[in-house]
Amino acid sequence: MMARYNELLLNEIEEDLPEEDFDIERKNLAIPNISRHRIMKHFLRLSQMNYGVDTNFYPLGSCTMKYNPKLLERIAKIDKIKHIHPLQDESTVQGCLELMYKLEKLLCRLTGMDAFTLQPAAGAHGEFTGMLITRAYFEDRGEKRQSVIVPDSAHGTNPASAKMAGFNVIEIPSKDGMVDIDALESVVDESVAAFMLTNPNTLGIFEKDIVKISKILKSVGALLYYDGANMNAIMGKTTPAKMGFDIVHLNLHKTFATPHGGGGPGAGPVGVRDFLEPYLPVPRVVKDSDTYKLRYDFPKSIGKIGMFYGNFAVLVKAYAYIRMKGKELEKVAEKAVLNSNYLMEKLRSYGFDVPYYGRRMHEFVISLEKFKEKGLRAIDFAKRLLDYGIHPPTIYFPLIVNEAFMIEPTEDADATTLNEFADAMKKIAMEQPELLKEAPHTMPVKRVNEVMAAKQPKLTWKDLD
Amino acid sequence: MKEMLNAIGIKSIDELFEFPDEIKCRIDLPSPMNEMDVEHEIVAMMEKNRTFYEMPSFLPILKPHYIPAIVDEIVARQEFYTSYTPYQAEASQGMLQALFEYQSIVAELTGMEVANASMYDGATALGEAALMANRIKKRGGIAIPECMYEAKKQVLKNYAKGVGIKIYEMPCYNGLPELKSHASIDAIYVENPNFYGIIERRQDEIIDAAEKSDALIIVGSDPLFLSIYNPPEYADIVIGEGYLGNYMNFGGPLLGIFACKRKYLRHMPGRIIGATVDKEGKRAFTMTLQTREQHIRRGKATSNICSNEALCAIAFLAYVAALGRNGLRRIALKNKENAHYMAKQLEKIGFELPFKDFFNEFLAISPVNASMLNKKLLEYGIQNGMLIEKPSNSILYGVTEMHSKELIDRAIEKIKMAMEALS
Repeated sequence: MMARYNELLLNEIEEDLPEEDFDIERKNLAIPNISRHRIMKHFLRLSQMNYGVDTNFYPLGSCTMKYNPKLLERIAKIDKIKHIHPLQDESTVQGCLELMYKLEKLLCRLTGMDAFTLQPAAGAHGEFTGMLITRAYFEDRGEKRQSVIVPDSAHGTNPASAKMAGFNVIEIPSKDGMVDIDALESVVDESVAAFMLTNPNTLGIFEKDIVKISKILKSVGALLYYDGANMNAIMGKTTPAKMGFDIVHLNLHKTFATPHGGGGPGAGPVGVRDFLEPYLPVPRVVKDSDTYKLRYDFPKSIGKIGMFYGNFAVLVKAYAYIRMKGKELEKVAEKAVLNSNYLMEKLRSYGFDVPYYGRRMHEFVISLEKFKEKGLRAIDFAKRLLDYGIHPPTIYFPLIVNEAFMIEPTEDADATTLNEFADAMKKIAMEQPELLKEAPHTMPVKRVNEVMAAKQPKLTWKDLD
Repeated sequence: MKEMLNAIGIKSIDELFEFPDEIKCRIDLPSPMNEMDVEHEIVAMMEKNRTFYEMPSFLPILKPHYIPAIVDEIVARQEFYTSYTPYQAEASQGMLQALFEYQSIVAELTGMEVANASMYDGATALGEAALMANRIKKRGGIAIPECMYEAKKQVLKNYAKGVGIKIYEMPCYNGLPELKSHASIDAIYVENPNFYGIIERRQDEIIDAAEKSDALIIVGSDPLFLSIYNPPEYADIVIGEGYLGNYMNFGGPLLGIFACKRKYLRHMPGRIIGATVDKEGKRAFTMTLQTREQHIRRGKATSNICSNEALCAIAFLAYVAALGRNGLRRIALKNKENAHYMAKQLEKIGFELPFKDFFNEFLAISPVNASMLNKKLLEYGIQNGMLIEKPSNSILYGVTEMHSKELIDRAIEKIKMAMEALS
């Protein structure tokens, strides 16, 4: 596909449009005409320059890179799904509506929430929706609440979403890797609308004071928001509702095995407790005896957050996954947590530092700070791991750990894979520092110059000429 | 399992879940199902749907298009679809280069200098464009056409609400929004083709209204339309629905196109891929300008977007590649031709066409009660166009290369039958 821009411009276009369109007819369009065979080879070659869950171990913390069962792909591609228009008469889309209705019910059971919307297209979109619901709720009560609290270990999307919904963001420090209760109490008052929290948190630590936290927020009438990015750790053991949360978003592309697609599409359904249900986006899927309907008449609803009803093809995949696992989702959480603790202990026994050491849930964070004296940083370990055929963990996050390596093996890694990862880390730690700093050595390109990319942005092939 | 437990120093897995008793609970979910049963269950459920092939549809907004098989093959590559956002450039060159090519195509089609790697859909792209214009102009207002798809308006309202951007609706006359200057707006938003499918030819007036308001111009457009008509080079931001290569899927996933002038690059939301070199000077690609994004800038980011619609962008790219310039233009011309053919046939049987200058969507006023007509047509296996409130009995039609003359002729016969049955 890469072509020389100016050469493409030379191809003149014959006039196809009627005379009255002459002044607005496009005279050039720099898009190449290429044979199908060459296109296939091009994209196949590109795909071969990419790591995915199906090619390499991919323990990316916070992203839950689990195996994507192939049934999900097959089922979402049937004609009865592909060729359905979202505005068709309800009587001709009963299958779609039934699946949405049933998926909402399953998600309610998993989280303990009373109602769900499937409309948000991604986790951050769900957070934004949750924040708009929070806003609408307080406005409806005639309360002016301006701020939302997030811990300093929160995903970056949390403060960004709260800000987009018009809230001031108050960031509180962590203590021993968990929410600092005193710090929380010192900022909580009746101007606070919500506290956004993920539990287990981004260090993989379960916030065991969650009930206390919930009571602190409730005492001033504020809401507790659950960032469901780490839901994989707790399925079948507890629910956000039990922990006292009022609003939840789930990442179907994390917990429910729908593929990440190189960055998307995902899906970020939002669940709420009953008193917030009136504010959910429209339309809502309702069941009327044996028929499913889309209902718009919810006067307190925040309205629409996306074009139609959400990323339906992704919803189908998540539904298939939940049906396949059923109550054994509990086993998923168990295996994910077991793998994470096993790998953490193994790495620790190899001399890697685990700040705030203790039991972890589905992920854990190690610090590579001590290698700084050898002139090495987390990024050097990350790049060297590529030479071992491993996609590196998330690096430099959460921000409260220096030279952080955030590792989430998921339930799908077997013991051999975990041992290989630990052994690779051990070996790398003993290698000549130069080998790391120059890494990767075996990839299609050597270390990429990101500074130059930002200094002189070249963003289209026109910029390359 | 035993060995792993030993290595951790615990006897049972329950020790890993030592939650306070008051929050412990089991979930009440059905038993696991095997793959075959799950497939059969979902297929049986979906049997109740009727596809475009079983029931021709003339609905607008999102429309059926033929997707060459090669597109399906490309997006089905596991290396693409099972990968995450390309944070590690050296292990993601394929995805990065493909997204760079996508950005190139979007910039070319829209006539803009830069494009991002996707938004959720056209509606959220518009919301983000309003926020971006507000970051640049800081006035807190946007002028939009009164005649616009209602869902898009609602999404925009939600995006505008947080920062307090006021929305001013430009009244529509003869299907076109009245272009006037406004004192306190960041941007004027126009669509081409617009909600009624009408081709917007008033470029000078748009520029004039924007200049007098010292506002940016945001244009909502359509990738197929842009392959035969001049791109809105006068715009500051161009957004749209990137449906090419992507199936309708009951409305999602979609792909939001987002492009702008280079001078506004650092205000742009979303992921951006840039070309650079590796340390040996060889061409390489990477995500760039990440300091605009939430994972670095947190509350001060240009947007909260993290997951986007990358795989849909790959499908869009693969589609454009497969058709090439000539194929794209051929499809676009076919869309226009078929839509005009359909309109003419409707006119012949008594429909009124208030606007004649359209691309592949158009408004037609039914001589009989439109809502009853649509109901009757469903009985005959036709999903007619979308009902529009004003003027009464109007229907918005969407026609593409999938609506052959034969298919249209058959539909017209059914429409005639339905009209007779109703009169």
